[in-house]
Amino acid sequence: MALLKVTSPHAHKGHSTAQLMRLVILATLPGFLALVWFFGVGVVFNVALACLACVGFEALAIKLRGRPVMFYLRDYSALVTGVLLGLSLPPYCPWWIVVVGSLCAIILAKQLYGGMGFNPFNPAMVAYVILLISFPVEMTQWAAPSTLLEAGQTLPGISDSLQKIWAGVPIDGYTAATPLDIMKQNNSLLVADVYANEPAFNTGTLAGAGWEWANIGFLIGGLFLLSQRVFTWHAPVSMLIALTVMATLFHDGGSSSSGGSPLFHLLSGATMLGAFFIVTDPVSSAVSKKGRIIYGAAIGVLVFVIRHWGNYPDALAFSVLLLNFAAPFIDYYTLPRTYGHAKARRATEKEE
Amino acid sequence: MFELIAQHPIIAALVALISLAALFGAILGFAAVKFKVEGDPIVDQIDNLLPQTQCGQCGYPGCRPYAQAIAGGDAINKCPPGGQSTINALADLLAVPAPTLDEEHGVESEVKKVAFIREDECIGCTKCIQACPMDAILGAAKQMHTVIADECTGCDLCVEPCPVDCIDMIPVETGVKEWKWELPPLKPGIIATDRHPQDQHTGKAA
Amino acid sequence: MTSLIRIRDIPGGIHPPEHKDQSLRLPLGSVPLPPQLVVPVSQHIGEPATPVVSVGERVLTGQLIAAANGVFSANIHAPSSGTVIAVEDRMLTHPSGMSDTCIVIETDGKDEWIPLQPCEDYHALDKAALQEKIRLAGVAGLGGAGFPTAVKLNPRSTEVIDTLIINGAECEPYITADDMLMQTRADEIIAGTLMISHLLHEPKDLIIGLEDNKPKALAALQKAAEGTRVQVVEFPTKYPSGGAKQIIQILTGREIPTDHHSAYIGVICLNVGTVAAAWRAVRYGEPLISRITTVVGETLEIQRNVEVRIGTPIDFVLAQHGFDAKKASRLIMGGPMMGFTLPSPSVPVIKTTNCILAPTLKELPPPAPAQACIRCGLCADACPASLLPQQLFWYAQAEDMEKLQAHNLFDCIECGACSYVCPSNIPLVQYYRAAKGSIRQHEQEKEKSDRSRRRFEFRQQRIAKEEAEKEAKRLARKQAAEEAKQKLAEKAAAAAPAPQAEVVAEAVAKARAVQQTPEEQQAKLERILAAARNSLEHAQQPLVPNEEGAVITQEQLEKQQARIKQAELKVSEAEKKLADFMATQNNSTAAPADTPAPANDPVAAAIARAQAKLSMSPEEKLRSTLESLQTRLAKAQEKANAAKAEGSPTADALQQGVEKLQQKIADTEAELAQLAPAASEANAPSAEQHAAEAAIEKAKAKAAALATMSEEEKRAEQLKSVETRLQKARERLAKAEADNDPNIEAFRNGVVKLEEKHRELQDA
Repeated sequence: MALLKVTSPHAHKGHSTAQLMRLVILATLPGFLALVWFFGVGVVFNVALACLACVGFEALAIKLRGRPVMFYLRDYSALVTGVLLGLSLPPYCPWWIVVVGSLCAIILAKQLYGGMGFNPFNPAMVAYVILLISFPVEMTQWAAPSTLLEAGQTLPGISDSLQKIWAGVPIDGYTAATPLDIMKQNNSLLVADVYANEPAFNTGTLAGAGWEWANIGFLIGGLFLLSQRVFTWHAPVSMLIALTVMATLFHDGGSSSSGGSPLFHLLSGATMLGAFFIVTDPVSSAVSKKGRIIYGAAIGVLVFVIRHWGNYPDALAFSVLLLNFAAPFIDYYTLPRTYGHAKARRATEKEE
Repeated sequence: MFELIAQHPIIAALVALISLAALFGAILGFAAVKFKVEGDPIVDQIDNLLPQTQCGQCGYPGCRPYAQAIAGGDAINKCPPGGQSTINALADLLAVPAPTLDEEHGVESEVKKVAFIREDECIGCTKCIQACPMDAILGAAKQMHTVIADECTGCDLCVEPCPVDCIDMIPVETGVKEWKWELPPLKPGIIATDRHPQDQHTGKAA
Repeated sequence: MTSLIRIRDIPGGIHPPEHKDQSLRLPLGSVPLPPQLVVPVSQHIGEPATPVVSVGERVLTGQLIAAANGVFSANIHAPSSGTVIAVEDRMLTHPSGMSDTCIVIETDGKDEWIPLQPCEDYHALDKAALQEKIRLAGVAGLGGAGFPTAVKLNPRSTEVIDTLIINGAECEPYITADDMLMQTRADEIIAGTLMISHLLHEPKDLIIGLEDNKPKALAALQKAAEGTRVQVVEFPTKYPSGGAKQIIQILTGREIPTDHHSAYIGVICLNVGTVAAAWRAVRYGEPLISRITTVVGETLEIQRNVEVRIGTPIDFVLAQHGFDAKKASRLIMGGPMMGFTLPSPSVPVIKTTNCILAPTLKELPPPAPAQACIRCGLCADACPASLLPQQLFWYAQAEDMEKLQAHNLFDCIECGACSYVCPSNIPLVQYYRAAKGSIRQHEQEKEKSDRSRRRFEFRQQRIAKEEAEKEAKRLARKQAAEEAKQKLAEKAAAAAPAPQAEVVAEAVAKARAVQQTPEEQQAKLERILAAARNSLEHAQQPLVPNEEGAVITQEQLEKQQARIKQAELKVSEAEKKLADFMATQNNSTAAPADTPAPANDPVAAAIARAQAKLSMSPEEKLRSTLESLQTRLAKAQEKANAAKAEGSPTADALQQGVEKLQQKIADTEAELAQLAPAASEANAPSAEQHAAEAAIEKAKAKAAALATMSEEEKRAEQLKSVETRLQKARERLAKAEADNDPNIEAFRNGVVKLEEKHRELQDA
């Protein structure tokens, strides 16, 4: 009998990294379905292409680095990046946008830093920001949600979409300003008027047609992940609270200079996707609970600041990247108080 | 006075500059005296990192002289008893890349050793006592000598002078108390392992 | 019974599957006596005990077989009667698989006890005696650490204990030994608690704490505790609430500050098993020779708790439970969270063996390969000490000792909660253990190197001081000689030194230089005499055989007699010398006028001067030449000046003489300057430094040569060096033989050994 000689603990809780990643992918489903419902098959193509490209680039990079390819692919992290990137890109965008994004995410933001666990920035957000800055035209053409379509118009079919994606054949009348764009452009109307006049709002129920449901979908997925203890509540909740507080402070009674209602901010753009799928990315966020609260709250504040006063209508990617920069700094000052110590110690302190 | 200054701005500037210079000179002079650094701290720091076996394998008569030599620009890889970990620590301190051990000065030994005198063979010549840099050998002329094992650094300087060849270097016994868990074997995942297998051993150094 | 204790929560913690019911289905069993008991002398934290029995001795159950070595140690007793068949190194019940001293007893099956000293009423004993009883019984913490209990029960006088916590939490999965103990021996635990409370000057709170998954034990304890002030408290099940630090936090809300014991905050925490053992030690006088152990795992047919003697081999225990070795993947002592894998099934049960876990592969599969850390933070959430396990992991990987300590690595209790939850299967605890080990090792090495440095520096100082003293003495002698010379020179007339007198003068002066004051001489002679007497005494001592049991040989006897004779001779010689000296001394004091006489003698002065010149070093010689030249120059100058003033015809000649003298002085000075650095270099290093430096030089050369050589060449080199050494040794031996040196045997041995080495090398 050969006795194993291993150190304790001998028992292990069944959860593996791969399982966590699979759960994350599963949890994007409600939001994904809502997006498909309102924006059509373009979302499906985006996600599929991004996943394919990400996994392909990951495999290539691992191969080049001389590592066991399947061992690393089986952790599903590339797939998660692909899904998140696919979900955040505008539907029906050209194929090369997706591929370049995947390249940036996997090669530039992840593998160059040493692969999973070593990337200082969220790969999907790095890719998104690079694309947004490099190809602003393609990246700001959002499809119109199905509720905004004129009579007789339907969502683009599969062949139309493929032509648009692969050959760049334009589809008329299928782009529209997002609710965030509208709110940003508005500087003469009261919020109530905007809601009443703009079809993007008056066809929706809470905060803009289509978007509200996509956000609610991601919220449901996020709550599912929370219930599965895939991540802790600290970062997403503090981010949402911070965003709500900022929106309330600058709601300004719904005047023409208002930033929009808290509900509007919570349910538009990438708020929920960000809160539950990007901000919770453990690799690039702060470590301790206190740190994560600060990290989340700072993202929430930044999101509002950039949405309201900045040049970009949505701001999640920028906020997350900025706070990725700040994560080590936050960690520095938020070490928890260890058992038996009178107070928390700073990481800079040396041994007494 | 005031008028003079007002009328001659250049003189005023000169006066101001000179008095400033004098003031700062005084402050600097004071600081130089008050906060004078005693000794050569870098030598102390280097000496602190050296294993203090005083074995002379580096070619200097003791660890401190070698520390002084390093401070003076000598190579940091001449200490076999300290081995790679000492070289790394020195490289860290001096902010230079860590070389591997210079084999000219000997090879790093895996196990710690101490000198042991086979006492029934010792003739009491005191030669080993004179050679021992630690004063770790006890004995007198024509009396049997013995090694204080706790103080012996295993430098083996006493072996050569012994006329009857009765000194052995024996490995230090390690018991359960000295035992410790090993680090788990390095798994793929760290950039440092992205090297060709043949420079794995140098890779460890970095 | 309602408790007055507020239950607090601990940070972190996990809820692993408990697996506790499978070993609780059967009642407490027992294991028959094995044919052999293997009792390690180190079963506790601290110094190993010292064996006090010898091989072949018959021991009775409960007899002391290894005595505590100091305070931080514990007695070890024979677990059953029988014969000691070995005191030898055997594999230990330790994760290292290392061996250490064990006492092996062949049992006789009679289990005959030594007479015990029961104690009906411990109140009658004074506290020190009570404590001594517990100490003598060898009670050590049965919870897992094995801390000698008597030490714990003796807190510092400054530490007032207000809470006694009896730990029955048993939070590890699988283990039910304490549960079983509490169910079956609740009264002993309560009695022991009260006794220890008495010993600790009646702390305010006496709490027995257990997790809420042990309703039977709780009921039993509560029943036994009725009418006493012992409070039985249950708290929610959560791993690792049974850690001493954690249970104290749960029951009191206090935290033990780092680097302190619990007594510092007024709490003493003992395991229930320890308390029961302490009670039995006092009440019945029984030493700790058996314990309750959980034997559990899917590879066993019977899973239960058993009372087992310390020293019973674990494979024997397993065999009694239908162990299927084919299904087993590992054997664990302790639970699945903190237990360690046994190096071999043959190791014995020891005082801290609370569980023997024999799982199947399916039950506890081998660890999956570790993936990259994704910084998910689950470990930080699970950590009961609020550490940052992943930061510690990074730093442990990088072996950054400073950062590890800054992140409080040493507050880690190694509970394994972090590894348990890690989705990437990183063996975090192993990293921490390894890092702790290296830090401790580093600290020890640092301490040793600091001591080495001090010793080396002290030695350097000592050598320098000796050098300085020698130098000072030399200078003093030189000055004295110079003064004497000057005096003589002043007094001496212009008598020319007779060349043939030089040799004589030399001898005379030498004798004088060596001559010491009479007191010194006397002391020296007396010293010699004492030494001679000493060695005589030494030689007369009865012969001690070389080895035990060996007979004193004729040869040895003869040698001794020869030595005695020699010593006697020496003594008589020394005595005679001393007597002679005393006689001459008396004479010389009687006629003191004799000595100063030669000083006045001009011949003697000249002799002395010549001698002084001879004994001078070249430098000194030059200096004196220079001096004399300068005086001559001054005189010549004077004369020349006088002649000039007088207009004497010899003035020119005199002037020339002056110039010549000046030239000569310049030459001498140049020579002197050349000589100076050489001289200063020559007299610097001492003999000892020479020896060390020579050795260093040799070692260096050897190492350098070895590094560049192939195996072949190395061997050839070694052969050569051995040959030279052999030759040297032979020469020395021949010399020793010629001188009839007493060390001749040693030299001969050395030669033989070297010859052997030489042969070996040649063969290789």
